[in-house]
Amino acid sequence: MTLPDGWEMVVGLEVHTELLTKSKLFCGCENHFGSEPNTNICPVCLGLPGSLPVLNREAVDFAMRIGMALHSTIAPSTFHRKNYFYPDQSKDYQISQYDLPINSGGFLDLPDGSRVSIERAHMEEDTGKSTHLGGSGRLAGAESSLVDYNRCGVPLVEIVSGPDIRSSAQARAYAAELRGILIATGASDGRLEEGSMRFDANVSVRHHGEPFGTRCEIKNLNSLRSLQRAIDFEALRQIELLDDGGVVRQETRHWDENLGETSTLRVKEDADDYRYFRDPDLVDLAPDQAWQDRVRAALGPMPAQRRSEVVALLSSPSDAQLDAVEVVIDLGLEKYVHAVAAVAGDASLAVARVANELAAAPDDVVRLSTEAFVTTVLMEQRGELSATQAKTVLGELLTNGGDPHAIAATKGFEQLSADTLGSTVATLIEANPDEWQRYRDGDEKLAQFFIGQVMRLTKGQANGKAVIAELQARR
Amino acid sequence: MKSASQIAADVRSGQTSAVAELERTLSVISERNDELHVFLHVDSDGARAAAIEIDARIARGETVGPLAGVPIAIKDNLCQVGVPTTCSSKILDGWRPPYNATVIERIVAAGAVPVGKTNLDEFAMGSSTENSAFGPTRNPLDPTRVPGGSSGGSAAAVAADMTSISLGSDTGGSIRQPAALCGLVGVKPTYGLVSRYGLIAFASSLDQVGPFSKTVADSALLLEVLAGHDPRDSTSLPEPAPSLVAHVADGVAGKKIGLVRELFDGADESVVAAVHAAADALREAGAEIVDLSIPELGLTLSAYYLIAPAEASSNLARFDGVRYGLRVDAPDVTAMMEATRTAGFGPEVKRRIMLGTYALSAGYYDAYYGQALKVRTLTIAAFARAYEQVDLLLGATTPSVAFKFGAKTADPMTMYLNDVFTIPTNLAGDPALSVPFGTGEEGLPVGVQLLGPGRSEAQLFAAARVLEIADGRP
Repeated sequence: MTLPDGWEMVVGLEVHTELLTKSKLFCGCENHFGSEPNTNICPVCLGLPGSLPVLNREAVDFAMRIGMALHSTIAPSTFHRKNYFYPDQSKDYQISQYDLPINSGGFLDLPDGSRVSIERAHMEEDTGKSTHLGGSGRLAGAESSLVDYNRCGVPLVEIVSGPDIRSSAQARAYAAELRGILIATGASDGRLEEGSMRFDANVSVRHHGEPFGTRCEIKNLNSLRSLQRAIDFEALRQIELLDDGGVVRQETRHWDENLGETSTLRVKEDADDYRYFRDPDLVDLAPDQAWQDRVRAALGPMPAQRRSEVVALLSSPSDAQLDAVEVVIDLGLEKYVHAVAAVAGDASLAVARVANELAAAPDDVVRLSTEAFVTTVLMEQRGELSATQAKTVLGELLTNGGDPHAIAATKGFEQLSADTLGSTVATLIEANPDEWQRYRDGDEKLAQFFIGQVMRLTKGQANGKAVIAELQARR
Repeated sequence: MKSASQIAADVRSGQTSAVAELERTLSVISERNDELHVFLHVDSDGARAAAIEIDARIARGETVGPLAGVPIAIKDNLCQVGVPTTCSSKILDGWRPPYNATVIERIVAAGAVPVGKTNLDEFAMGSSTENSAFGPTRNPLDPTRVPGGSSGGSAAAVAADMTSISLGSDTGGSIRQPAALCGLVGVKPTYGLVSRYGLIAFASSLDQVGPFSKTVADSALLLEVLAGHDPRDSTSLPEPAPSLVAHVADGVAGKKIGLVRELFDGADESVVAAVHAAADALREAGAEIVDLSIPELGLTLSAYYLIAPAEASSNLARFDGVRYGLRVDAPDVTAMMEATRTAGFGPEVKRRIMLGTYALSAGYYDAYYGQALKVRTLTIAAFARAYEQVDLLLGATTPSVAFKFGAKTADPMTMYLNDVFTIPTNLAGDPALSVPFGTGEEGLPVGVQLLGPGRSEAQLFAAARVLEIADGRP
């Protein structure tokens, strides 16, 4: 989307991500999505009187990994209490990092070459989840409310970007790249649909070259699509307002996915006073150099580097191939491509097979050894398997595992003998004299016609290259 | 009445049984509790089961702990599984904790028999038990007077010979002040020496659990059981628990003790006289007494009444009617929380929640809470400088002996001033104890206060023992 002439949007994102720790941030309860309500709870995360929080070291590991991946400075930090009453918050305060976050500063480079600065990435605890029955489904006006505290105390890291983003597409690219990084660090599963990642967008508009305008914050966007749509809507809303001589009020806004618009949640003037103060139940967090070094050593390469390593294996890749590479990186399956490249196989064929066949069954990939994948791709490349057959073999390997040669044999995917292929081609030439003549006269498109016919007669067992060779020989 | 160490020794040797000791305790409670209002809840069944178990273990020849068969009273802000725990507040109506405080686990593991939960000022906010939602406790030494507070019930339990020892908590003097008013030994340990897990928080950075007893040795014995690192409390000290009982008889020869003007100035004549007499007794036992002034201590009362309420305003937010305790129905959840808190909290608790909320509010934080934190830093530094010159400090515990009911309830400030000598060491995180020394008005006991640097409990007990002997309790 382009804004009206002369206008520019200024966007900063706050991204909350749940961490994939075994237990919650301040107690030993299991950190697990989808359990029966109120089964992963204890006196600490329920905030029972007398209970005390103890910081989970694994959460600190993950927070530092995120900071390192974002080139942040890891500094001694503290935990504060953010005080406000809400039934899904068991203590009626949230433990969060405030003026001294574990990660400060940093940046994230996007695939288009732009750089977005990171202000901070701090730790905090998640709240429980309320279900409001009756009324509008919101707390106000509900007949009754049920609270599930399973999520209460789940560790979060909030990543705050600088106001560096200038389009909704860039915002989306930032969110997608950040998601890739969070998955690569192992800190998050990146499952937007389960709420593992949630976005808040700060949006303002200005004429090019002018100072920043007043911003509005859109809360709780939970998909890349909503993020992009909400930012576009909000920027246009503000431009229209200003064009009509109005002013933008600083406020928090809600995105309605069905209506496709934002609406006022609360204005700045009645913003809560959270009465932040340092939590006296927790001690300062200052990971020493040895701890930081351990975390850094365990950190693998980030998506940008992994992406460029795969792209380097392709010769002048098309946009479609670059998209396929993105899928490969997203799923972290590039080892299959590298294994094919290592034996001088066809990397672009490998990318295609990973981005399609493997991506279709990501949970089954554990059964597929790189050796079996390499063997299958090489068989296809050498014409020993047709594309259809190669896909079938991969499907079988993903479902049941096994040896590609054995699977091909069992399925009757032996290469068609030269004799059989020759006689099939001869039969087809006889049956289609006009097409054969046009092919002989140089209409190469007709090769596809004959290949298709051969495939039909052989039930896909022939190899396209072998068919062309046979046609050429008889031309 | 026998001391705790004597009871444990007799139970172990078979001279008496845990059951017999418990029945004696229960009969004193049933004789005097109606009059004195010491216990809010007596757990006779749980205590009998525990006592029977101790006797059975002894009969089987098993090893039992240093408090084997000793009945003990528990301040009702400590969580004990299945036993009603109220903080003397209507807001916790009907709540029974599903877990034990670490200190409960430790005393039970040591063989002690918890007999019930004692009265306190609501959420430990007060100095007389007059702020209990269930009515005040009477001082066993003079039932027309307060026992002190907030741990007034735990002090009265020992003073009335119901139990030989009890557990209290001390945020600004809530163990030492009632100990002084009831003629007992009471100890506020070094912050972090005793786990706070299961202690219902008033002001988390100041709260410590500690012992009451008639003798110095019993407090040392009980604190030795309570102390030590607890992984469930992030502020728990990592060091192993100190040996205390072994040092009670160490004496004070060669020690330098500072007599701090700010810790007795303004107290009643009899109290000041007792402090000087205590200094003389320590000097006679070989200590060098140094007159000291620590002017920063004059700032601590104001700082305390900002820091403690600020933390309390946040700690007490969870009592909202959603999950446990009292719920007053209302049309929506916000109104329900408001109605519940309005009905559930007493006036002093509300006053402190409002004070603390104000002190932390945007625009006021720097002037109030922020300023108080600076005073706290100054206090810590001032004590540290004093401990470069001397080993321990000496002063009064309270400005007066036990006062009459209603004497200090008209103006909250009058009551707050009762804590003026005890508050400084809570801000510093250092240990202090009160030990009876001499008598004042109407022959009522006076407590003198000994203070020391972090983890100096053994020295404090040794000095207190010197005063105990000098005061005629060999």
